[in-house]
Amino acid sequence: MSIFEAILLTVITASTPLVIAALGELVTERSGVLNLGVEGMMIMGAVGAFATAQLTGSAYIGIVGGVVSGALFSLLFAFLTLTLVANQVATGLALTILGLGASGMLGEAFVGAPGVRLLPIEIPVLSAIPYVGTVLFKQDLIFYLSILLVIAVNWFLFKSRTGLKIRAIGDNHASAHALGIDVIRMRYLAVMFGGACAGLAGAQLSLIYTPQWTENMSGGRGWIALALVVFSSWRPWRLLAGGYLFGAVTILQLHAQAFGIGVPSQFLSMLPYAATVVVLIIISHNRRTTLINTPASLGKAFVPDR
Amino acid sequence: MRIELEKRPDVSKLFAFVSPLLALVLTLVFGAIMFAMLGKDPVEALDAFFIEPLLEVWSLHELAIKAAPLILIAVGLAVCYRSNNWNIGAEGQFTIGAITGSYLPIIFYDWHSPLVLPLMLILGALGGALFAAIPALLKAHFNTNEILTSLMLVYIAQLFLDWLIRGAWRDPQGFNFPVSRDFAPEAVLPAIWEESGRAHWAFIFAIIAAVGAWFMLRYTLKGFEIVVLGQSERAGRFAGFSSKKMIWFSFLFSGALAGLAGISEVSGSIGHLQPAISPGYGFTAIIVAFLGRLNPLGIIASGLVLALTYLGGEAAQLSLGVSDKVTRVFQGLLLFFVLSCDTLIYYKIRLVWSRVRGGAA
Repeated sequence: MSIFEAILLTVITASTPLVIAALGELVTERSGVLNLGVEGMMIMGAVGAFATAQLTGSAYIGIVGGVVSGALFSLLFAFLTLTLVANQVATGLALTILGLGASGMLGEAFVGAPGVRLLPIEIPVLSAIPYVGTVLFKQDLIFYLSILLVIAVNWFLFKSRTGLKIRAIGDNHASAHALGIDVIRMRYLAVMFGGACAGLAGAQLSLIYTPQWTENMSGGRGWIALALVVFSSWRPWRLLAGGYLFGAVTILQLHAQAFGIGVPSQFLSMLPYAATVVVLIIISHNRRTTLINTPASLGKAFVPDR
Repeated sequence: MRIELEKRPDVSKLFAFVSPLLALVLTLVFGAIMFAMLGKDPVEALDAFFIEPLLEVWSLHELAIKAAPLILIAVGLAVCYRSNNWNIGAEGQFTIGAITGSYLPIIFYDWHSPLVLPLMLILGALGGALFAAIPALLKAHFNTNEILTSLMLVYIAQLFLDWLIRGAWRDPQGFNFPVSRDFAPEAVLPAIWEESGRAHWAFIFAIIAAVGAWFMLRYTLKGFEIVVLGQSERAGRFAGFSSKKMIWFSFLFSGALAGLAGISEVSGSIGHLQPAISPGYGFTAIIVAFLGRLNPLGIIASGLVLALTYLGGEAAQLSLGVSDKVTRVFQGLLLFFVLSCDTLIYYKIRLVWSRVRGGAA
């Protein structure tokens, strides 16, 4: 394997969790709900996946554990913001604070455990293609899932009837309600989908990225995923591109550190965060396009009149 | 079973007062269940966590030490949140304030003067305000989401501190440990009542800040502007208030208080700079602000409550052998219950048992 292929492989590994978590949040935000708890759901997914994999010995059951943990954890957010119409920004932060604490507590028993690694699956014939084969067709299940999810979500949002309903709720919940769409129920499902995706992203972290459990191992990726949603202007394909851009920045700074270039490692580690800020500035400085793209009901509470 | 909300004609005064208390009680009940599941006697555990730290004088001093940064930061955040500006990056502003304030005692350690301490505090507040100016500038002029930018800057500030302490500001006599030179005595924030414990002047700053902010919000035009712009930007514009200026004001104000908290913590409690200077004060202060109902006087009380969760966490770790992560879990639970109990202020909650909806749906 050439160095070039090796670098591409690490870029993919770094990008996949960002893409998956951001994709879930994209659907949530398209339904008009702003869930800032991605970081918390992701870390709960990571610990859930690690624990299940450790106890059952199977990384695949581990994935299920991660997805379920993320989805169940997001229910807390859904209950507060949708049923009790609590402030979405504050509740999302609460989800992150609780997630970081609870995962640290639950994961304490697993610190230093060897971990179960999810192994790559070689797709016959295709994986034999030079360069492309090694990079794209000798990957783990979660990578394949991430690509399928982007395709599926894109189709779902823009081609399916339910997707149309979700977009309608996100743009104007009062009208959608008047048309007979069950706003609250759809939003519950959208939030849980976001939670399941964040959980899957967390599973990728603890089963593939670094197959072990360390506290706070999500390291701000949930927040970068949130920025990615804005970057993508709520469109799945742009989100995929953005995810890989951020993955590349993360990996290149690691390689730059390894090559020992003259910049202190701390400044290189700042790069993904600084890049996020710069990208946000570029994307949002045109007020009019941001306004057109943002779901109009985003972050607003909905109480059906009865 | 479904839960239905019915909007109250008026904000419930009763529940505005009761809901934070109810949230506390619910947190304690859930905490007891959690301890029971961990195999600890819940009564004994809650006693160790929440009561014992209050029974000794030195421990009350520690409570004041931990409450001071929480109250200082939360007062600033409350002004921000009330004006609908979401500064989530207080942890970063705290860190930068600690750095800029430490410039004097680390670089000019030979300069002994009574001026050192006041200058340090001013530098700390300035540093915090300048760091908060970044998300303010980006929001006011580039329409950038302040939640995300202020948060990204937290990671940048922490890495910057790490670089300083491992590089230029590392103590040459520090046996290669990543710590700065110890502050000289005139650069250390004095204790309030030295005979009985360590609590220092930061707690007094916190009380002054809270009372000052309370007065501003309640009795001044600026306070009125904050509340009006926060409730409706449109209404504020008609009244001739500028939401852009409010972005600047609220961020600089909260950044300065967070920076002051940072330098007070380093100067009063730690005595030098080191890579880890905060157990998440900047994030916990968000909970303090909400538990205090975004009211500066309420924040004094809620700051003490959250400070108790830190102390209790340490105590429980020693006496019960539970993980120190319990602290964070308690804090997260508390914020959840505060937010859900707030629903009672604006809505009546009805449980509907039938499966069929009343009326047309």
